[in-house]
Amino acid sequence: MIHLVPRSQSSLAWQFATPLLAVLATMLTGGLLFWVMGHDPVAAIRTIFWDPLFGPASSYSRPQLLVKAAPLILIASGLAIGFRAGIWNIGAEGQYIIGGITGAAVALAAYPAEGMWIFPAMVLAGALGGWAWGMVPAMLRNWCGASEILVSLMLVYVAQRVAAWMAFGPMKNPEGMGFPGSRNLQQYPPASNPDLIAGTGAHWGVVAAALAVLAAWFLMSRHIRGFHIRAAGIAPRAARFAGVRPATLVAFCLGVSGALAGMAGLFEVAGPAGQISPGFGSGYGFTAIIVAFLGRLHPLGILLAGLLLALTYIGGELAQLMMQLPAASVQVFQGMLLFFLLGFDLLTRYRIARRVAA
Amino acid sequence: MTKGTNLTASLFRAEGIGKTYPGVRANDDVSFQVAEGEIHALLGENGAGKSTLVKMIYGLVRPDEGQMSLNGRPHAPADPRAARAAGVAMVFQHFSLFDALSVAENIALGMENPPPRRALAARIARVSQEYGLPLNPARRVAMLSAGERQRVEIIRCLLQDPRLLIMDEPTSVLTPQEAELLFATLRKLADQGTAILYISHKLEEIRAHCDRATILRHGRVVDSCDPRAHSARELAAMMVGGQMRLVDRTGRQAGEVLLELRDLSLPAPDAEGTALKSVSLTLRAGEILGIGGVAGNGQEELLAALSGELRSPPGTIALEGRDLGGTGPQGRRAAGLLAAPEDRLGHAAVPDFSLAENTLLTAGSRKGLVRGGLIDHRAARAYAEQVIHAFDVRTPGPGTAARALSGGNLQKFVIGREVLQAPRVLVVNQPTWGVDAGAASAVRQSLLDLARSGAGVVVISQDLDELLELSDRFCALNEGRLSEPRPTEGLSLDEIGLMLGGAHGMEVAHI
Repeated sequence: MIHLVPRSQSSLAWQFATPLLAVLATMLTGGLLFWVMGHDPVAAIRTIFWDPLFGPASSYSRPQLLVKAAPLILIASGLAIGFRAGIWNIGAEGQYIIGGITGAAVALAAYPAEGMWIFPAMVLAGALGGWAWGMVPAMLRNWCGASEILVSLMLVYVAQRVAAWMAFGPMKNPEGMGFPGSRNLQQYPPASNPDLIAGTGAHWGVVAAALAVLAAWFLMSRHIRGFHIRAAGIAPRAARFAGVRPATLVAFCLGVSGALAGMAGLFEVAGPAGQISPGFGSGYGFTAIIVAFLGRLHPLGILLAGLLLALTYIGGELAQLMMQLPAASVQVFQGMLLFFLLGFDLLTRYRIARRVAA
Repeated sequence: MTKGTNLTASLFRAEGIGKTYPGVRANDDVSFQVAEGEIHALLGENGAGKSTLVKMIYGLVRPDEGQMSLNGRPHAPADPRAARAAGVAMVFQHFSLFDALSVAENIALGMENPPPRRALAARIARVSQEYGLPLNPARRVAMLSAGERQRVEIIRCLLQDPRLLIMDEPTSVLTPQEAELLFATLRKLADQGTAILYISHKLEEIRAHCDRATILRHGRVVDSCDPRAHSARELAAMMVGGQMRLVDRTGRQAGEVLLELRDLSLPAPDAEGTALKSVSLTLRAGEILGIGGVAGNGQEELLAALSGELRSPPGTIALEGRDLGGTGPQGRRAAGLLAAPEDRLGHAAVPDFSLAENTLLTAGSRKGLVRGGLIDHRAARAYAEQVIHAFDVRTPGPGTAARALSGGNLQKFVIGREVLQAPRVLVVNQPTWGVDAGAASAVRQSLLDLARSGAGVVVISQDLDELLELSDRFCALNEGRLSEPRPTEGLSLDEIGLMLGGAHGMEVAHI
């Protein structure tokens, strides 16, 4: 019989080891799954994890890495702040969609004006939109005690309906020949978000993600507010004793994560997506939850985890294309990653001991 | 049935018991015996190995070496169930009762084969009558006082007809009258032949009620004696292995009024909390005000109202004439009103944070550890080191996590963190709860020194000896009401007991 013995202090070594173990276990189990489905497991794993970076088509897929990683990192940086405080914003996807809509709204209202102010105003509007969408669960929690988990999650579906309504209604491109979807912002230079260096995938969202990582690191390790956030997550009473008002903290965390998600939405709509379509929103907001945990809620960890998850997106698409793996396999992969991470996480707080037969 | 302490009638015997935990020799060659019908004290500081020893007797921990015997048969229980079957029962310091269930339901849950509810209620009523433990089986546990909850635990044990009853610090939560009631019950049990192993560090009650005492220090038996033949001071010297330092109360003068509470009423913060009802008090510079009472009567709420965690209407709290009712914890600290809550891990300190980080909880502004929102980690570390040094906190250093410290050391750190900020008024709740005798006297002395330097100190405590030792005036907190303070000088323990228990309508022992 084996059983678990609590550790007196959580193990630092395991904190680093569990994400790696989780990735490894995901590869093994994923390979097994593909093998059962009748594919060559080694080839599938190589297609997903290796080929996007170093394979024959990598010149196309490599820039995609930054394109996909930027929103993940931007959103996860904000989510991790709240998660550290025990405030669970599960609805970043909704804040991302609304941020995209409000940001695009500025551009569509300004069209066809020219001016340097348009893009910064869009970024601001995107952040504000995400912030406002995040404040809904914050206020409902502070005023009525409603669970921010449920409210933020349900608002994702509301946001998706809003996006569809916008694409078919108020934001529909008048020159779109009846097709749903807004004007394509890629064709409206003052509002577009192109690669800053052509062919790298590095648009303004990448810059914002890098800044977010730095800012989050500064907040959490250097600023007293970050200290209070960490304290509130581990020992809420001690945080209150230190002077933290729980309601303020809820509003701050949901506001910040909402604003960052909204910004990510704006960079997407102005860049790679180009327009508000009925199905705007690609699951970044949900995947970012995995990124936040895989990165140990630490800004630098999130940077690495964001790149890894972006790789699974691209690799998954590649595998779909090259090996006819089903599209859902990427989601299975990401789900397994979170599953194994949470499972192995047990080892940071417990150690396995063998019980001597009594 | 014969009663006495002759060795031939020994009921329980331990020989050469040893237990090692990683890095600690918890018990080393411990041998002692308990006779039938004897109340046997196990005396020692926190960390002396008392708990480990009784856990082995109760089957929670297994000894590495040595033998035990009970009733002449070898005693090596694999788990508490086996220990209970052999006739060992134990009442823990922390109760394991479900608030939402009735007394009878709680007792049924702890039994291997509970009889029908009605028969059980009758048995409970009979046992409680027989041993003078008034208790209504149908009442909900949430409604019971600490003393009554303890009676539930005791009756749960008595229903097993134990041969050996272990009691872990049973009086720490009781009023003096409740404690007397408990001792009468224990004596009655002992007269019927049950052996009682009584763990405590309260010397006076051991002297008054125990037949023998085995004294543990650093995991070893250092002495065994008849406690009635020794003074409390002699017992304390055996326990700590040297002379106890007596606190020095001299050199204090009451000055101007520092803190004033006027008609402070607050609703209970949550379902289990207690509302504060029209609490008024004044505290002068250089004075120590003792507030006694059994925990759960508004102690935590009063501390929270003073620390700023709970805010109150304007005009209810003033520090040196300045209204602080609506000010939060940080503002109050800036004004000079500091507090140290009872719960060290999770309230006064964050368990997983290092000591250096834990200074940031309260000392950020007064010690300049946080400027313009930015943390000066080096200054925090230096301040933690200062506290560690000044208060003799035994720890590898400021990088150690708070949870890794023993209770006494963490308490010294928490008190030291506040005292070294030179507060105008310091409020402490249970400053020496679960702290060994050496650390307790250090903490008490630091509070007296703080008062001597001209600060005001409010000590909230359940430990009456402590309050009598420290405070100039004494008042009792009962169901959220604070009694009129009285000078401690000349107050008898009985009078205090009545101040504490009076409003409860204490049941009289029917013995």
